[in-house]
Amino acid sequence: MITIKNLFKQYDNVTVLNDINIEVFDNEVFGLLGPNGAGKTTLIHILATLIKPTAGTATVNGYDIIKNPSEVRSSIGIVFQAPSSDDMLSGYENLKLHSLLYAVPKELREKRISEVLELVGLTNRKDDQVKKYSGGMRRRLEIARGLLHKPTVIFLDEPTLGLDPSSREVMWKYINRLVKDEKITLILTTHYMEEADFLCDRIGIIDKGMIIALDSPTQLKERLGGEVIEMELANKYVDKVNIDHLLKQCNFVRKIELDAKKGRLLIYVDDASHNLPAILKILNNTNNTEVESVELRSPTLNDVFLKFAQRHVTRKQGHDEDEDDDSEGGFMERYAQYGNK
Amino acid sequence: MILKEGLWKDMLNMETNNRWIELELVKLYAIWLREFKVFLREKSRLIASTFTPLLWLFVIGEGFGATTDLFGTARFAADTNIGYQQFIFPGIICMSVIFTSVFFGSYIIWDRKFDFLKSVMVAPVSRTTIFLGKAFGGMTTSLIQAAILLIVGFVIGIHYTPLSMVFIIIIILLLSFTLTSLGLTLGSHMESLEGFQLIVSFVVFPLFFLSGALFPLDNLPTWLSILTTLDPVTYGVGALREVMLGITGMNSFAMNIGVLLLSAISLGTVGALSFRRMRAV
Repeated sequence: MITIKNLFKQYDNVTVLNDINIEVFDNEVFGLLGPNGAGKTTLIHILATLIKPTAGTATVNGYDIIKNPSEVRSSIGIVFQAPSSDDMLSGYENLKLHSLLYAVPKELREKRISEVLELVGLTNRKDDQVKKYSGGMRRRLEIARGLLHKPTVIFLDEPTLGLDPSSREVMWKYINRLVKDEKITLILTTHYMEEADFLCDRIGIIDKGMIIALDSPTQLKERLGGEVIEMELANKYVDKVNIDHLLKQCNFVRKIELDAKKGRLLIYVDDASHNLPAILKILNNTNNTEVESVELRSPTLNDVFLKFAQRHVTRKQGHDEDEDDDSEGGFMERYAQYGNK
Repeated sequence: MILKEGLWKDMLNMETNNRWIELELVKLYAIWLREFKVFLREKSRLIASTFTPLLWLFVIGEGFGATTDLFGTARFAADTNIGYQQFIFPGIICMSVIFTSVFFGSYIIWDRKFDFLKSVMVAPVSRTTIFLGKAFGGMTTSLIQAAILLIVGFVIGIHYTPLSMVFIIIIILLLSFTLTSLGLTLGSHMESLEGFQLIVSFVVFPLFFLSGALFPLDNLPTWLSILTTLDPVTYGVGALREVMLGITGMNSFAMNIGVLLLSAISLGTVGALSFRRMRAV
C-alpha cells in the first residue's frame, strides 16, 4: 500500500529524515513510534504530499508522491496533530466543506456524512459550532473528516495527544472499530508505547530521522528480554553465586543482575505475574536472603527506546567517532537530562 | 489540460475536462461558502469595520467640512453644492474596501496558525482554486461592508441611479479583488502574526492616504502626485467620485476603470502564483 524508498529530508543543514525505507502492507495498522522531533510528522507530511522530500520517493496506493500528488491526495485521509477544523463552522458544515473539496458525488454526500458522524459518535452534536466541542470531540471530528471520502489509507498524527486517559481509551476503541469497519490501511504516529502496542500490527521505531527498529509489538518487547522483577533485599551481602544457581534452574528466568552495594536484584523473566510467587519461594528458602520490597515492571517505551537507541548510538559511534554531538531531538540526551533531575 | 482522476473516477465516469472544471467550480464554491459563513458569524469584525469608516465620514467629514472651503474656488463648479463630507464619501467607501480586503487576505495567516489551511491544502484542490475561492470571499465581504455605507450615503445626500449603482458595484468588486489579492499575497509569504502590524502601517494606511480619498489631487507637490499615481486605490476613488458626484478628477473614467482592471488582473496573477509556491506546513 505504501512503499518508502531511500527517503531523505534536510532543512538547511539539519537532516530530519535519514534514508527511510518502509513497506506498509494493505489493511495494516502501522505505527511510527518515537520521541518529539524524531521526524514522525515530517514523514507523514511527505507521504501526504505537503512537503517534498530532499531525495528518494514513496508511493501511496500505487501513486508516486512527487509525480502524482493529486491522486495521492484523493487516496488518503489525514488527521493532523492539532485539530484543523474551522471552529466557526459546525461539525456538519466542516464535513460538508470537505465532501465538496474531495468531490464526493452529490448523491452520496449526505449519506456519507451521516455515516462518519455515526461512526465517531457525533451525530447529536453535528449542528453545534466546533468551538463548543471538547478536545476529544474535535479529534473525533477530524477522524470523521479523514474518512469522509473513503480513503484507502488514513494517517493519524498523534491521535491521542493531549487527551485524558478515558478519552484516550474511547479514541482507541474508535480507531480499532474503524480499522475493522472501513477496511483501510492506517498509519499512526505516537510516542506512547502502550498506544502503539494496543493498536498496531507493526511498529517502526524512529529516532533522529532514522528507523532503528521495525517489528511487531510482541517481537519488539521480546527482544528486550521480557519483564523485569526488581527486588530490594534486606541483607546486602548476599551470595550471588547461590542465587544465580538457584534461579537459573527455572526456565522462565532469562537474566539476573545483582547490585550488591544497594542490595538490589533485577530478574528478567517471562510472564512475571505468574512466576513471581515461585521466585519468592526460592529466595525465601535461601539463607541470608530476605526480600524487603518487590516491584514488577513491563517494558515501557523508555526501555524499548533505550535499548534500540543505545545500540544504535554505539554502532554509529563505531563508524564515525569524531562526529559532533548535534543531538537536537535525540532521545538519549533528553532521557539523560530527565534522569538527572 | 491533464485530467485529474480521483478515487471516485469509476463512479463519476469522469471522462472529460468539462467534468474536471465542474468539480473545481464546486470546490471553489465550497471555499467561498466557508468564508461567507465565517464572515456572517464574526459579528464583531463586521461591526468594527463598519464603525471606523462612519467615524471618518462624520467626524472628519463634518469637522473639516465646517472650516474648509475646498471647492468654492477650485475647478469644481461652485454650484454643485458638494460639501467636504460628500466629497470624501467615495474615498470612505474605498477606505472600507481597503481595510476589509487587505485584512481579509492577510487573515490567511490565522488559517495557517489554526491548521485549517493545511487541511485544505492536503485535499485534491488546485492552489488557484483555493486562491480564487478566498478572493471571491473577500469581494463578497467588501461588497457587504460597502453596501452598508452606501445606505448611509442617503443620509448625507448622495443620489443614486440604477446605472450608477451598477458602476459602483463593478468598481467596488474590481478594487476589492485587487486588494484581497494583495492581502493574500502578503499573507502567503508571512509565517507569523507579527508581520500583521507591518501590513497595517506600510500597506493599508499608505493605500488609503495616497488615494486622494481625503483631498483633491489637482494641486499636489510632484513627489506626492507621483505616489498617488502608483496607488491603485486612486483610480477606484476617482471612478467612484465621478459616478456618485459627477466630479471628473485627474483621470478620465475609462482610464480609471482600465487601470483598476489591469491591477485586478496583475495582482490576481501574482496572488495565484504566490499560492502555488506557498509552503503548506
